[in-house]
Amino acid sequence: MIWNPNKECMSRDEMHALQSKRLQKLVTYVYHNVPFYRNKMQGMDLSPEDIRSIDDIVKLPFTTKQDLRDNYPYGLQAAPASEIVRVHASSGTTGNPTIVGYTRKDLAVWSEVMARCLTAFGVTRDDTFSVAYGYGLFTGGLGAHYGVENLGATVIPASTGSTEKHIRLIRDLKISGVACTPSYALYMAETLEKMGLTKEDIGLRIGAFGAEPWTENMRKEIEERLGLKGYNIYGLSEIMGPGVSYECQEQNGSHICEDHFYPEIINPETLEQLPYGTQGELVFTTLTKEGMPLLRYRTKDLCTLYNDPCPCGRTAVKMGRIVGRSDDMLIIRGINVFPSQVESVILTMPEFEPQYMLIVDRVKNLDTLQVQVEVRKDFFSDDMGRMLAMKKALADKLKSVLSISADVKLMEPGSIERSQGKGKHVIDNRKLV
Amino acid sequence: MTIKQLSVFLENKTGRINEVTKILGKHGINMHAFSMAESTDFGILRLIVREVDKAVEVLRNENFAVMLTDVVCISCPNEAGSLSTILDKLAEQEIFIEYMYAFAEGDKANVVIRPNDIEKCVQVLQECTCNITNKF
Ligand SMILES: [Zn+2]
Repeated sequence: MIWNPNKECMSRDEMHALQSKRLQKLVTYVYHNVPFYRNKMQGMDLSPEDIRSIDDIVKLPFTTKQDLRDNYPYGLQAAPASEIVRVHASSGTTGNPTIVGYTRKDLAVWSEVMARCLTAFGVTRDDTFSVAYGYGLFTGGLGAHYGVENLGATVIPASTGSTEKHIRLIRDLKISGVACTPSYALYMAETLEKMGLTKEDIGLRIGAFGAEPWTENMRKEIEERLGLKGYNIYGLSEIMGPGVSYECQEQNGSHICEDHFYPEIINPETLEQLPYGTQGELVFTTLTKEGMPLLRYRTKDLCTLYNDPCPCGRTAVKMGRIVGRSDDMLIIRGINVFPSQVESVILTMPEFEPQYMLIVDRVKNLDTLQVQVEVRKDFFSDDMGRMLAMKKALADKLKSVLSISADVKLMEPGSIERSQGKGKHVIDNRKLV
Repeated sequence: MTIKQLSVFLENKTGRINEVTKILGKHGINMHAFSMAESTDFGILRLIVREVDKAVEVLRNENFAVMLTDVVCISCPNEAGSLSTILDKLAEQEIFIEYMYAFAEGDKANVVIRPNDIEKCVQVLQECTCNITNKF
């Protein structure tokens, strides 16, 4: 099913024309309403009239997370305060959080794109759908919530927290779909098993997973343990929240709601725009946003855009999996290491729980990497030789994938902290020195 | 003729063994013998207790990875040379010992043995009229 075929299946020419028209309007709007952008454009000797088509986007300045911090709280807001009806904030691990104001029209667009996502996942008016993202300043909870309501399905605002209670509700209310982070989905699977229930006892059919990068192996694991089909949903609060892109039934790349969010891939070093099919940093321009519109916002997410036709009938460009974040990337002994690489290795080995922690340190001027993993209860053996072989097997696989050796530390089941929000998998002690 | 030994997976972390003994103590489970096999980052705690099933249950409830292993427990006189006679017999029959640990009680010494071939080990020990402990 397709929620809005007019937009989701638009011909590429029509889309180009629509994006061009919207970009011109956006640039004029921010030039007159956001001093930050006016100053930047004037500094580049650029006026709104210079933007005639979407292809002219390369002339425009970028926006970074640092720009948002520097203009805290409302410096990049374009709409007057009287038009703002809601505010969300993204969790800033360092410095100021990012404050995003939404107008009534922004919220309508958000519900629209969320309804597109949910429809693509197979959710209909007849479904009862549970939102297990955190509700609050984080965009996940309320964003998904209003999308479910807009679609006409029944929403259960479960939020995160009492997982056992949530699982009982899924069983008793015949909830068919759930939106949460992939790591929380795994935690739900663990809890389900701990409660002595099986995936047959609950009737989950659809999982909408996002807010953190995940891997194909993780999808298989969640699908197997919860008995559902898991779809990627992508978004970021600076741009809107969940709903920026979504997977279709092909489960092979996420269609971007391109009529609202214009994607580009750039080389993070040279900032030059890269063609389809090339990996680089994902950049978004909010074509229709009123509250806090952004030009060429650098997401720091690394991925690839694809424009080949999709069998589902949607014409929108697809983005591949997020392979890492340009700022999450660890450089260990000069080698780029992404936590997602470690995760994909662990998920191929049934001996370990899909929970892990990377501890990076520097000892005598040499970087060290320790990978902590939990041994699954069924795989614990009284035979020390077998336990050591298990550890060595993981170390060998990590070495071949990462190209550097890691010290594997076997941990007791349940000892690594479960994240209910964005998974935190790295402790880099080098920064403290 | 074999007994069930309880094995518990432990991280090498201060106070972890103490956790196990505390849980067992709280449930009135007495340990007759134990040994610890260690590697750099984890260890395997091996225990002989009377209420094995109860011990498994209470430790699993506390999220420990636990398993049972068949071992042979023999008692021999607590005097020089008595153990080596028995070990010689096992070696003659090519029984390999993965690990063993012992504890003395007055004039007796108890030895827990994990052989590679448990049936053959029991057979050899019976033939040499060794005192096999079935129960504590
Ligand atoms: Zn598609």
